[in-house]
Amino acid sequence: MTPESPIIRVRDITVQFGTTRVLDGLNLDVKRGEILGFVGPSGAGKSVLTRTIIGLVPKIAGSIEVFGVDLDASNTSQRRSVERRWGVLFQQGALFSSLTVRQNIQFPMREYLRVSQRLMDEITMAKLTMVGLKPEVAERFPSELSGGMIKRVALARALSLDPDLVFLDEPTSGLDPIGAGDFDELVRTLQRTLGLTVFMVTHDLDSLYTACDRIAVLGNGKIIAAGSIADMQASQHPWLRQYFHGKRARAVMG
Amino acid sequence: MSGDPKLERIAKGNALALCATGTWTASFAPVLERMVADAEKLAGGSQNIFIDVSRVGKLDTFGAWLIERLRRSLTQGAVETQIAGLSANYASLVDEVRRVRATPVIESSTITITGMLEQIGRAVAGVAGTVAGLIDMLGAVLAAGFRILIHPRSFRLTSTVHHLEQVCWRAVPIVVLITFLIGCIIAQQGIFHFRRFGADIFVVDMLGVLVLREIGVLLVAIMVAGRSGSAYTAELGSMKMREEIDALRTMGFDPIEVLVLPRMLALVLALPILAFLGAMAALYGGGLVAWLYGGVDPEAFLLRLRDAISIDHFIVGIVKAPVMAAVIGIVACVEGLAVQGSAESLGQHTTASVVKGIFFVIVMDGVFAIFFASIGM
Repeated sequence: MTPESPIIRVRDITVQFGTTRVLDGLNLDVKRGEILGFVGPSGAGKSVLTRTIIGLVPKIAGSIEVFGVDLDASNTSQRRSVERRWGVLFQQGALFSSLTVRQNIQFPMREYLRVSQRLMDEITMAKLTMVGLKPEVAERFPSELSGGMIKRVALARALSLDPDLVFLDEPTSGLDPIGAGDFDELVRTLQRTLGLTVFMVTHDLDSLYTACDRIAVLGNGKIIAAGSIADMQASQHPWLRQYFHGKRARAVMG
Repeated sequence: MSGDPKLERIAKGNALALCATGTWTASFAPVLERMVADAEKLAGGSQNIFIDVSRVGKLDTFGAWLIERLRRSLTQGAVETQIAGLSANYASLVDEVRRVRATPVIESSTITITGMLEQIGRAVAGVAGTVAGLIDMLGAVLAAGFRILIHPRSFRLTSTVHHLEQVCWRAVPIVVLITFLIGCIIAQQGIFHFRRFGADIFVVDMLGVLVLREIGVLLVAIMVAGRSGSAYTAELGSMKMREEIDALRTMGFDPIEVLVLPRMLALVLALPILAFLGAMAALYGGGLVAWLYGGVDPEAFLLRLRDAISIDHFIVGIVKAPVMAAVIGIVACVEGLAVQGSAESLGQHTTASVVKGIFFVIVMDGVFAIFFASIGM
């Protein structure tokens, strides 16, 4: 695998629920080390594409390669080694409700690494600090956390194995603007330091402007545009014009 | 510059450089921890120590933290051990890690005798709370029922019918099958043992009295507690977890009226029907075995049954059914509404719902037995 080859390579993906076709021959490349912002109208299938790549939603046609491994042709151990290298932040956090924050973050470590309890505890604290939480949070249960804290803990869990690739499904929704700004900053920092590739589904214009290197737009089951924020603003597509030149966009751009 | 990680000691004048090389990532964590622990022993020496990371090939949070851990333990008094040769790529990661505060407090979870005694004590003291909770729910349901009587329009007929289908109609096959089999077994055992005294025909008396008074309703109540009580608890519990019940409250609905009352009513109607069907199935099964296995032909069976039982036996059985249904329903709803945020809590309360439901059903059966004996039924 050459450094130029994309980390995620999606070709002609078609996903159908009953008779509704959600994704229709979709192609997408995510390059190594970039932060890809993925936008589109609500219900266009952004989360469906994410879940299809991760393997939670079955597709009826097409192929998906992650880290150069064709996920359909791979065996269990290949798949596991791919899974060990990605982290997923679900929209609702999806923390294990019967485990404490500390146990949640250590769960993937216990499974995949042979690390002493002391180091796991210290790394847990490091991850919590990185996502901007206090160490006291570690012994709390998910039901005792606020929505924003759940997001942060879920990110800490997604990052617990220092993955090469993270999927973030609307990471900044439900965070206050300052928290969301910190979050974008954090994603940027992690991307710089760890060479992380980020696939971010978002509605947050701030994130698109400050965090993302490239933006892909989903519409009618296909990628209707992909490129830098300048390309998006120059696009004549009606939805893009509305999205990037609407009232909120103007406010963000100042 | 990648490969197995190493931590070499290189003397430079009066200073000692700890040169980290290779891949400092999570996969090498055990090796790294050992190396760092070895190097930590150098602390307190007279030498001036610094850590050189210029030749580290790959660094992740695990590696960065271990370097930070080493730095902290080598740091003596006011003189801070420096990290040299940090590339721009990794500088921010090391800075992040430097902000991490000391090790967490791990709560000890040792099992002590006093702790066990405390748990037993709490459980016993909790019994009163359980009973109070049940009475509280009974009161709330009755109050909601009276409100419905005054304002019949707010009664949720659709919901009640839906639950009636779930707990009654859909339960018929399994209830009939199980009671049929129990009827067969009672008759077979009866015939097998009574035959030695030449009292085959008395098996009909035993079957009739046992099924109509006790087994029919008790067995069906236990099945309903397991089948529908658990479902009620799980439904209400997951609604509680997702704040659906709070949402109802804020919209001005009473969860008891909307959720609990239709379920209770459905159960109170369903259990007598199921108990009747179950009793008939058990009698049919018993009669079949008596005929095929014991040689008591259907005509003789029916004649004997007519002599052996009276309407009293049937009434004694069927009167218990709605009361048991109410007990099961109240226990299930109390447990459902007591569910906390976690999946584990949902499991615990569903278990508690079935266990307590069956327990109270049997207690009620005992109370009824004393009552009917004292009024001579």
